Amino acid sequence: MTTEQDFYAAPGETSQGRVFTVTGQDWDSVTQSIGESAEERVVVNMGPQHPSTHGVLRLILELEGETVTEARCGIGYLHTGIEKNMEYRSWVQGTTFCTRMDYLSPFYNEATYVLGVERLLDIEDDIPEKAQVMRVLLMELNRMSSHLVAIATGGMEIGALTVMTIGFRERELVLDLFELITGLRMNHAFIRPGGVAQDLPPGALDEIRDFIALMKKRLPEYAALCNANPIFKGRLEGVGHLDLAGCMALGLTGPVLRSTGYAWDLRKTQPYCGYEDYDFEVQTWDTADSYGRFRIRLNEMWESLKIVEQCADRLAGLEGAPVMVGDKKIAWPSQLAIGSDGMGNSLDHIRHIMGESMEALIHHFKLVTEGFRVPTGQAYVPIESPRGELGAHVVSDGGTRPFRAHFRDPSFTNLQATSVMAEGGMVADVIVAIASIDPVMGGVDR
Amino acid sequence: MTDKPDEKAAGKAADESDDKTDNNEAARPAEERNLEKAKSGTGTGSGVEQPAPEQSPENVPAPTGEVRAVGERRGMFGVTGTGDTSGYGGLVSATVFPAPSAKPYGGWFDEVAGALEARLEATELTSAIESVVVHRGEITFHVRREDLPFVAQMLRDDEALRFEFCAGVSGVHYPDDTGRELHAVYHLASMTHNRRIRVEVSAPDSDPHVPSLVSIYPTLDWHERETYDMFGLIFDGHPALTRVLMPDDWPGHPQRKDYPLGGIPVEYKGGSIPPPDQRRSYN
Repeated sequence: MTTEQDFYAAPGETSQGRVFTVTGQDWDSVTQSIGESAEERVVVNMGPQHPSTHGVLRLILELEGETVTEARCGIGYLHTGIEKNMEYRSWVQGTTFCTRMDYLSPFYNEATYVLGVERLLDIEDDIPEKAQVMRVLLMELNRMSSHLVAIATGGMEIGALTVMTIGFRERELVLDLFELITGLRMNHAFIRPGGVAQDLPPGALDEIRDFIALMKKRLPEYAALCNANPIFKGRLEGVGHLDLAGCMALGLTGPVLRSTGYAWDLRKTQPYCGYEDYDFEVQTWDTADSYGRFRIRLNEMWESLKIVEQCADRLAGLEGAPVMVGDKKIAWPSQLAIGSDGMGNSLDHIRHIMGESMEALIHHFKLVTEGFRVPTGQAYVPIESPRGELGAHVVSDGGTRPFRAHFRDPSFTNLQATSVMAEGGMVADVIVAIASIDPVMGGVDR
Repeated sequence: MTDKPDEKAAGKAADESDDKTDNNEAARPAEERNLEKAKSGTGTGSGVEQPAPEQSPENVPAPTGEVRAVGERRGMFGVTGTGDTSGYGGLVSATVFPAPSAKPYGGWFDEVAGALEARLEATELTSAIESVVVHRGEITFHVRREDLPFVAQMLRDDEALRFEFCAGVSGVHYPDDTGRELHAVYHLASMTHNRRIRVEVSAPDSDPHVPSLVSIYPTLDWHERETYDMFGLIFDGHPALTRVLMPDDWPGHPQRKDYPLGGIPVEYKGGSIPPPDQRRSYN
């Protein structure tokens, strides 16, 4: 077939006169669709090593230009078999493993596991008040440090580097408190079945009070930097939208659920560790987007600060009170003390078991090597972690080790919303949407 | 799967396992016979609220006509083949899980159980619930696996139940619970009524199939994939049941009890400590 014009001629080539080309059938539409999609549609593999995917998260994005048409997550790169390993250790050693799962909120991992074990042991009502207050204190401090990282890394990912630096600066203050109280900045294994590992060290309350005073000055900085910042709002508002029905269907909890305006917070609805005794508000927002989640995190830090303040007041009146359940068949026998070379075994305790009491030595040996037995059954005590509902399904077969411990990690569940939040949006907004979920891959993969 | 008779009535028996000094294997079947005999006497009546006086953990009623002992523990130190001459190696104790409870369950448990039963009776699926266990303030509904989607749909949609939030599914492997080796445990929450229940189904190792609930609770997508990954439980009807945590070509299902932990001895200053699963340990 001939025409008088060659449509396929490149610029500069002859396009006039008699040209020969092939048309007819449906080749036009075939070539048209090739021209439109195949060149434009690309599949991008983002991660697993990418600074703005929050750890080793792999995203498989199908892009059409800059629009995301499909988003899928690849997870499992940080799977360490913690749940399997716990089945080979004693009940107390379990806290040492689960604290490493969601490494930004270690106390929550410990707490939900320990609450499950305590329910199976039927000692829930025997936990001393001071232990409960210390758990709440540590968990709320931890909520602040976790939210600070969420805001800091979320800011960094959209280029707000100052938010990142000040976020980590404040988090460091919280970690210093953790180090003072538990001896470690992360991976504490401090909350144990029956109570907590150790009493507050001398001077801790003063440090906590100083921290509260300092945070009251510094938290407004975040609001001043971000809340009305046009770039910040431009990047966050309307991005990663997920309404209440979507949250419910996909099982999302935490700030994502509360950003839809639904005030679901397990600390209020199903209190544990005595949360019903504290005065605080559940923070909600009504935009169901990333900006709302940011504001919720910011407000929750204020609420946590309020709770920490109340904990400090209560702890001041609990000087010398026990921090471990009275049952000597459960309570860890050895105590720690500060020596000339740092924290170590209490010399008084060593003297007692090695020089004074054979029975104490036997008891210590049996409890440390063998551990205690937990009656058969299963328990699930969810708690409100910074990311949502965190729960441990603890199963005992009556032995000295967990028969099965499965953690329902909010990061794992919430990450399922990636597709819904990202598809149809811009590729740059994928980062914002994921940052608003705030997944921690240690918790996702366990 | 065999059709198992429904049984609701059972006493609230103690959950401790009993220690038996008898390790004679031949004694086991006789013991099981006794157990069934004891059950047929007390288990299928109209429901005893208090345990019968002679109801020792040995004859804990079982909901399905099977012994609910899901395993046994031998000896005191959990080691074999080391010449343990302490005399404790002969200790055998059965692992018995909390027995099914009889009505009333107490508090809102009865409302939920009543509403569920009423809905099931209306659809002639009365045997969907195998047993109900109330233990430590938590209620567990053991559901027949073929009826699971139907029960879950009702739990979510009925206004009196309205368990709109599913926290996920967790697998448990009981290698000695013959015919019910693999359990899938669902934790449901009702935000409307502020309640929590547990739904448990079981499947035999030889036929590891459980209906998928993804169409009812979309959140279970990854949870079911994880349970398949870790236990080999196949969720029929799942849109894309692939591994989620382990690599795609991984052999085996790591959280099963017959899958070894693995590990190498740790050597330090001339001493060698075996890997955790081979260490001398207590059980």
